[in-house]
Amino acid sequence: MKAGSYLLQGNEACAEGAIRAGCKFYAGYPISPSSEIMERIANRFPECKGAFIQMEDEIASISAVIGASWTGAKAMTATSGPGLSLMLENIGYAIMTETPCVIVDVQRAGPSTGQATKPSQGDVMQIRWGASGDYQIIALCPWSVQEMYDLTIESFNLSEQFRVPVFLLCDEAVGHLREKCVIKDDIEIINRKKAKGKPPFGQDGDDLIPPMPSFGEGERLLVTGSTHNEWGFRKTSDPDVQMRLVKRLSDKILLNQDKIIRTENYLLDDAEIGIIAYGITARASLKAVKILREKGIKAGLLRLKTLWPFPEKVIGELSAMVKKLIVPEMNLGQIVREIERVSKCDVVRLSKVNGEVITPSEIVEELLLAKYYS
Amino acid sequence: MPKGLQKYLRLQAMPTPFCPGCGHGMLMTAILHAIDEAGLDINNMVFVSGIGCAGWIPSPHFNADTLHTTHGRPIAFATGVKLANPELKVVVISGDGDLASIGGNHLIHAARRDMPITVICANNSIYGMTGGQASSTTPIDAISKTTPSGNIERPFDLCRLVGASGAGYVARYSVVPLKPLIKSIITALNHNGFSFIDVLSPCPTYFGRMNKMKRPVDMFDDLKKRCKKIKKGEKSEEGVIPIGVFVE
Ligand SMILES: Cc1ncc(C[n+]2csc(CCOP(=O)(O)OP(=O)(O)O)c2C)c(N)n1
Ligand code: SF4
Ligand SMILES: [Mg+2]
Repeated sequence: MKAGSYLLQGNEACAEGAIRAGCKFYAGYPISPSSEIMERIANRFPECKGAFIQMEDEIASISAVIGASWTGAKAMTATSGPGLSLMLENIGYAIMTETPCVIVDVQRAGPSTGQATKPSQGDVMQIRWGASGDYQIIALCPWSVQEMYDLTIESFNLSEQFRVPVFLLCDEAVGHLREKCVIKDDIEIINRKKAKGKPPFGQDGDDLIPPMPSFGEGERLLVTGSTHNEWGFRKTSDPDVQMRLVKRLSDKILLNQDKIIRTENYLLDDAEIGIIAYGITARASLKAVKILREKGIKAGLLRLKTLWPFPEKVIGELSAMVKKLIVPEMNLGQIVREIERVSKCDVVRLSKVNGEVITPSEIVEELLLAKYYS
Repeated sequence: MPKGLQKYLRLQAMPTPFCPGCGHGMLMTAILHAIDEAGLDINNMVFVSGIGCAGWIPSPHFNADTLHTTHGRPIAFATGVKLANPELKVVVISGDGDLASIGGNHLIHAARRDMPITVICANNSIYGMTGGQASSTTPIDAISKTTPSGNIERPFDLCRLVGASGAGYVARYSVVPLKPLIKSIITALNHNGFSFIDVLSPCPTYFGRMNKMKRPVDMFDDLKKRCKKIKKGEKSEEGVIPIGVFVE
């Protein structure tokens, strides 16, 4: 799309962001409330010279995405909670084989089929811990149609830079929102590091992220989800190789978290009460902050654009400045436990799991209660 | 492994981990023979396999691009590889458990789509790697660790399954003798579209020992005795394993 201002749906903006980032492969399986991403891609890919395929299920979709990524294509899939559950084994494979790819989870109310067209934030831990073993992931949370576009591009950039699957974790409300999206020409695009004849699975000097060749480049790659050495040879009973690999996979994210994590502050400088929110819930929270300020209550908002790796440093610092933290979430308390773990002040939970978004007035009420009665 | 084929191997990965008399080693030789005879450039090929002893046939032995995936999913991974770069020749080599049991859905859908890849199923009618449990190709009455009094479930006839799903080339051969198998692999590799070979590749360690074929040679003799070429429309007799090309 040419630079300009467009009225777009969140899911459409996500597809456009992917195309702008250079996505050339998409495999998916229909599921509400994510399907518009796949449909937009199916319409747009012929002119963008991308390959699109509707697979037989989500297991096949993520498998095809990983295969395409190793063949040199920036690749993506989109789904919702139940489909994500089916993808988990191969998400673990993508982590282990250090395969860049983008996985969009447009969250809906669960468990199971739940409410297919209602929003939720119930997958924040599923994406974090769903696959087997120990690992780190990157997850970004858009709160607007603009960010469905911008953060999709950012997801591709991070996945290429760190050779990890990156999650764009949104929800039905943002996915189906229709609002203005500004598309610019000057956007930074990052591509995976290449180097001939170098080990594709080892530490590259001080750099924990090795270069990534593609199939067909004559590198005779050995790619496996089993524990492997820097050349990809299976080493399934060597304790040192196992430990070094698992540590590096984690460290390449953790030691770079300052480069990855993005948060935003709203009126936090003099705040006595801090709201911490992500995704659509942060929008209601910002409104709530404005209402509270009008009432003379010093509230502020910390918005987590990056959910994983968890921005614990900023949260820890904020908790030392405010009297109370309040954490609204469309789940029964998932991120709040992480916040409690790193906070020095009182943390108040605000959960909502009826398939509706949290409103500003609900946050205001909860905050007033928390401020005056506890 | 014949000297002429060693150029296709990562010598540091040899010898293979297969048990003595395992059919998978013979199938590996047949595949490399076929690549050599067909004059294909191995640098332009990607070998995709799943989990199981059969998944080790290409990985790490073939000195080419290899993608050793999760259990049951190699055809889905291969689909992504092929679509991302249609110039590459993509070959899936995996077991009956992998391709036809846990991964059966991907097999029939790739055949339906006529995805231009070659799938070679190293079919030993058992889960070798996990110690001899029944698979979806274990014959009726056969003993396995999970069918101790004999299998009561009907096995898949993979050639009929894949043929009915729309594949353009479907054949079955055993690893004995090797010549017709090599010829079939060459045809499959040169086929434009989805091609499938069901390769009968004995697992003497589990299937043989549990089913009164104590020595590997007993399994080869059994295959030689029972495998027969069947003419179109002809019904095969009881106990006969029909081999040959079923769809071309
Ligand atoms: C998701 C998953 N389930 C189960 C397993 C365990 N597993 C490993 S190999 C295998 C069976 C392999 O059988 P087959 O594909 O026939 O190969 P063979 O060893 O007989 O050559 C199983 C069940 C696994 N690795 N992953
Ligand atoms: S267990 Fe069976 S299939 Fe596996 S290597 Fe041994 S003989 Fe071959
Ligand atoms: Mg088997």
